[in-house]
Amino acid sequence: MAVPLGGARNFAPPEGENVDVHEMEQELSVQAASRQSQQAGQPFSRESTDRPRPTKTLVRHLAGYWQHWLMVLPAMLFVLLFAYVPMYGLRLAVFEYDPAEGLLGGDFVGLKYIQMFVTSPLFGQVLTNTLRISLGTLVLGFLAPIILALLFNQIAGGNTKRIAQTITYMPHFISVVVIVAMINIFLNPNTGLLGAALGSNVMAEPELFAPVYWLSEVWQHAGWSAIIYLAALSNVDTNLYEAAKLDGAGRIRLIRHIDIPAILPICGILLILNLGQVLSVSFEKALLMQNALNLSASEVISTYVYRVGILGNQFSYATAIGLFNSVINLTLLVIANTIAKRVSNTSLY
Amino acid sequence: MASSRNTKKEKLGDRLITMVIAALIVITVVVVAYPLWFVLIASFSDPSLVASGQVTLWPRGLTLAGYELVIADERIWQGYGNTILYAVGGTTLNLLVTLPAAFALSRRDFRPRRTLLFGLVFTMMFSGGLIPSYILFHNLGLLNTRWVFILPVAVNVFNLIIARAFFEVSIPEELYDAARVDGVSFFGFFTRIALPLSGALVAVIGLYYFVQHWNDYFTGLVFIRDQSMLPLQNVLQSIILANQSSNVREVATVGAGGTTMQDARELADQIKYGVIIVSSLPLLVLYPFVQKYFNKGVMLGAVKG
Repeated sequence: MAVPLGGARNFAPPEGENVDVHEMEQELSVQAASRQSQQAGQPFSRESTDRPRPTKTLVRHLAGYWQHWLMVLPAMLFVLLFAYVPMYGLRLAVFEYDPAEGLLGGDFVGLKYIQMFVTSPLFGQVLTNTLRISLGTLVLGFLAPIILALLFNQIAGGNTKRIAQTITYMPHFISVVVIVAMINIFLNPNTGLLGAALGSNVMAEPELFAPVYWLSEVWQHAGWSAIIYLAALSNVDTNLYEAAKLDGAGRIRLIRHIDIPAILPICGILLILNLGQVLSVSFEKALLMQNALNLSASEVISTYVYRVGILGNQFSYATAIGLFNSVINLTLLVIANTIAKRVSNTSLY
Repeated sequence: MASSRNTKKEKLGDRLITMVIAALIVITVVVVAYPLWFVLIASFSDPSLVASGQVTLWPRGLTLAGYELVIADERIWQGYGNTILYAVGGTTLNLLVTLPAAFALSRRDFRPRRTLLFGLVFTMMFSGGLIPSYILFHNLGLLNTRWVFILPVAVNVFNLIIARAFFEVSIPEELYDAARVDGVSFFGFFTRIALPLSGALVAVIGLYYFVQHWNDYFTGLVFIRDQSMLPLQNVLQSIILANQSSNVREVATVGAGGTTMQDARELADQIKYGVIIVSSLPLLVLYPFVQKYFNKGVMLGAVKG
């Protein structure tokens, strides 16, 4: 293992610097796919200049690329089976689940279950809770690492910086179970450091559930998320700082006019990537943080689906509820993508 | 590289800002580090001192009582064994599936790659959700088997994208052209040339997957009924919960006052600190080995790719 690692260490650093921002924007945009693939075909262009029948091109393509296909195949099959088949299973929201037929059969029931959820007294509450928790996490989880990175970038000493960084990203690797246990320990009204200081049982207060959730997310992940920004900041040409300082720029102006523009392109992509993670972890954490007293603020769509579907065995109804989660996720992602496009001219699709 | 900023004499305003920045950094580091430090020292300290708030900076009344109880608990060891099995087996499969796919998708001349990538990225945006997956696992016979910890999570699209971006930037096309002249097949190029050059990537992606398996609580909760298959996180949660409820029971039976009740509660807290440390330790031990790669732009490459 030692030899490849050593080789890779020499290999890794320049890679970050060489890619320029414009290339990356193009790369991320899958819209630019057609343009890209035409350019990409050049090494094999002798095959593509004279285009014969499609079957013949296919045979030629496979002759040259069967090994590529073989390497991609296992991953694609796993994704097809475990991501796309369940997507197809969303049809159960409008079909009655039939245990004998699984995802395939069942009688069509129309919008029965969707209506059932929309008109249920819990609908408004569960939806509001979901949005409050995920949007708050998204905004704070997006801003905190940027601020942290800008701060840490001000540290001059390489060692101090590394130590500060290492400490702040340690919590990222701790499991949700442990994080929630720690939250309960520290917020315990009798023995917890924070709980005793605040003098109230925080975990029993519905209004405080979302803030506790947001802040613990920031505490756990901000240091980790800051790494990417710090890597981008370390690529900034130091001459820029010198030149700006000769012109009389103070620290704040260096940050505003050099550091922030340097990380702006990455912000957009990270906003989008964060989104996917925010919504996928919310189930475990919300469920573990729930107790009888805060349920009015802590029941989110995913935990409600678990209660209705897995614990309550109402598969079709739970699928209909879960559909709201999928649609909300997709909507948030499209919104984030639009914002990212405006702000930093980057896009996921 | 930022040191040059401090060499010139700074204006008064700038010096003030420097102090504010330094203070903010110190506060941040303390706020992040202290809870971790507290759990560590509390796990070694006399429970009654911890409960009364007398343990703040260093362990007091050194004791291993919590750890003794944790080590004596068979469920912990079973959970440990299961987690190691799922994490090692799972990560192996993850790497075997993810790395070749990422490499093939990183080659610009492989034309279907854009379409295939979109098919992968789309699953990050939209999913079928819990119930259809549950029914699928049921139909596949995965429920309540150990496979459910490994197979459904064989590919993490986010990790695959990171890997693809890394390969794209660090393994140039020309390298393959050169190797092909020497009669190396594409697969041979991947295993004998590309992979040995990508140690940093394998380490980072491997760690991501390993952590994901190690911290997995969801799978055991939803898809497993058999206690003997539960991984560490689920065991951990049931120990934490059991201690909480036993506190309540204790309070109810012993009534007000009485040192035995208080002792029991304090000891329960002690176990909590102990299991937190014991379950997090392996990751924290692993972490310094991989840590050096994090700052070196493996992630940055992904974002740029």
